[in-house]
Amino acid sequence: MGDHLFEFLLRQGDNTLILSHRISEWCGHAPIIEEDIALANIALDLLGQTQMWLGLAAEVEGAGRSADDLAMLRDAWDFRNAILVERPNGDFGQTMMRQFLFDAYHVELLNRLANSTDERIAAIAAKSLKEVEYHFERSATTVIALGDGSEESHARMQAALDDQWTFAGELFETDAGDHALNDAGIAPLPSELRAGFNTRAIAVLGDATLNIPETTFAHSGGRSGKRHSEHLGHLLTQMQWLQRAYPGATW
Amino acid sequence: MYAQMVKSENTDSGPELDAFQARIDAGEKIEPKDWMPAGYRKTLIRQISQHAHSEIVGQLPEGNWITRAPTLERKAILLAKVQDEAGHGLYLYCAAETLGVSRDELTEMLLDGRMKYSSIFNYPTLTWADIGAIGWLVDGAAIMNQVPLQRTSYGPYARAMVRICKEESFHQRQGYDIMMKMAQGSEAQKRMAQDALNRYWYPSLMMFGPSDKESVHSAQSMSWRIKINSNDELRQKFVDQTVPQAEYLGLTVPDENLRLDPETGHYKFSEPDWTEFFEVLNGNGPCNKERLEARNKAWDDGQWVRDGMMAHARKKAARAASAKVVAE
Repeated sequence: MGDHLFEFLLRQGDNTLILSHRISEWCGHAPIIEEDIALANIALDLLGQTQMWLGLAAEVEGAGRSADDLAMLRDAWDFRNAILVERPNGDFGQTMMRQFLFDAYHVELLNRLANSTDERIAAIAAKSLKEVEYHFERSATTVIALGDGSEESHARMQAALDDQWTFAGELFETDAGDHALNDAGIAPLPSELRAGFNTRAIAVLGDATLNIPETTFAHSGGRSGKRHSEHLGHLLTQMQWLQRAYPGATW
Repeated sequence: MYAQMVKSENTDSGPELDAFQARIDAGEKIEPKDWMPAGYRKTLIRQISQHAHSEIVGQLPEGNWITRAPTLERKAILLAKVQDEAGHGLYLYCAAETLGVSRDELTEMLLDGRMKYSSIFNYPTLTWADIGAIGWLVDGAAIMNQVPLQRTSYGPYARAMVRICKEESFHQRQGYDIMMKMAQGSEAQKRMAQDALNRYWYPSLMMFGPSDKESVHSAQSMSWRIKINSNDELRQKFVDQTVPQAEYLGLTVPDENLRLDPETGHYKFSEPDWTEFFEVLNGNGPCNKERLEARNKAWDDGQWVRDGMMAHARKKAARAASAKVVAE
């Protein structure tokens, strides 16, 4: 169970860490100041959640590693985030579509985790949920506004959805570890979250006048760590630079 | 304070102006709907928007290190700081808007080079220690100027400054904390910290603007209480405060002439290279081109987003209006 739990916590912490990192790349470059502030805010929330998830992961592992060690000193194949969150930002529409798909999943997940039999997980989830409900509301409103906006914004949002949709499926991938945690009442099966996600996606994307792609194909390889995209390695070279270049230094 | 060389002019005269000056001399606040001389309005717009632009452009050198911050905590602190700066920009633009100019107009003047931002943000952030140096020195210099501006004569500006000052002092502390960690760290970290101080010392001194002897606009701005202290006064105060901090860190201020004058209790120090300062103001700083390009790109790339949101707002309003007609 310990291994499954560690893996589960890495998946949570890596999703929030990598997505936070991507969003933080927008800092100073957003379309309007209000968006700059909002994006930084979401990146900060996700980073705070990362500290809690990876902090607990380090504790569960019991190998003397810290949350920072896990973030800064693992190589790509040891990361357990879904490929969706490591994808490059693209334009603002792609960033917001990625955010919306992740938020819709994230709200469903945290709602369930808030009732986890593991009190530490329940506490992190309850705290995160308050932030993530707001993230969902904001990304949904933005997707609707831009989808149902000008001709150009509509076309860009449809392209973003077509581009991202096949990366959302991985979030619901379920393996033996998930079953073990589910049996112990610690976490829901990711596959069980799909229905709630679909309801949210259909409602919001409908209001946004966007068409959900018909394909059922889903990319995978991130949450299992078996095959990330090429993008993750580049992200890590930046994120981990100082820790790698000056081993053992404190900052 | 991120406003340098703000042009100040007075073209009004007569009893209204005398009454206005009397209010300022009595320490009253001028509010947006009050009568004010055209020159006062113009000068304030220039000064407040130069400050706002500086906050916005200032996101870039620090944002440059968000994705490379060494720990999760440092990254969170830096993100929060840069977010604060965007917030400062936002409410300073709002303060400027009370004077009858729109944020979009001001933005366009920044982007096409008609309006300036502080010279300091045209210097590059090359190592993590630069993030410490910016917090310690640049925010430290900014606070020197902003604290008195909480008492400036224009109400919305003074109130914006109260909020900004609270956040800036936290920014300065985090910068000093970064420097402290590095100064007490490995040899490489100490070198990095010293190098950052070497590169940021004189540009920080330049932030206060040229000497009062050269500053032609100071007198008018001071009588309007748009400017409270002289450039030299503030620069001296900054040096007096900062040198002992550098000593505490075990770092050397890159000035051979630096010494404490026992008679005055103030430090004597070398002037920055004012030729360099004017070159930077004229567009020849190390990063002028990149900074303006980055802001222009953000604005241009964001056009479809702003247009799309406006189009959606219009559609929503039209739908609400037709729903109302149907209901009636």
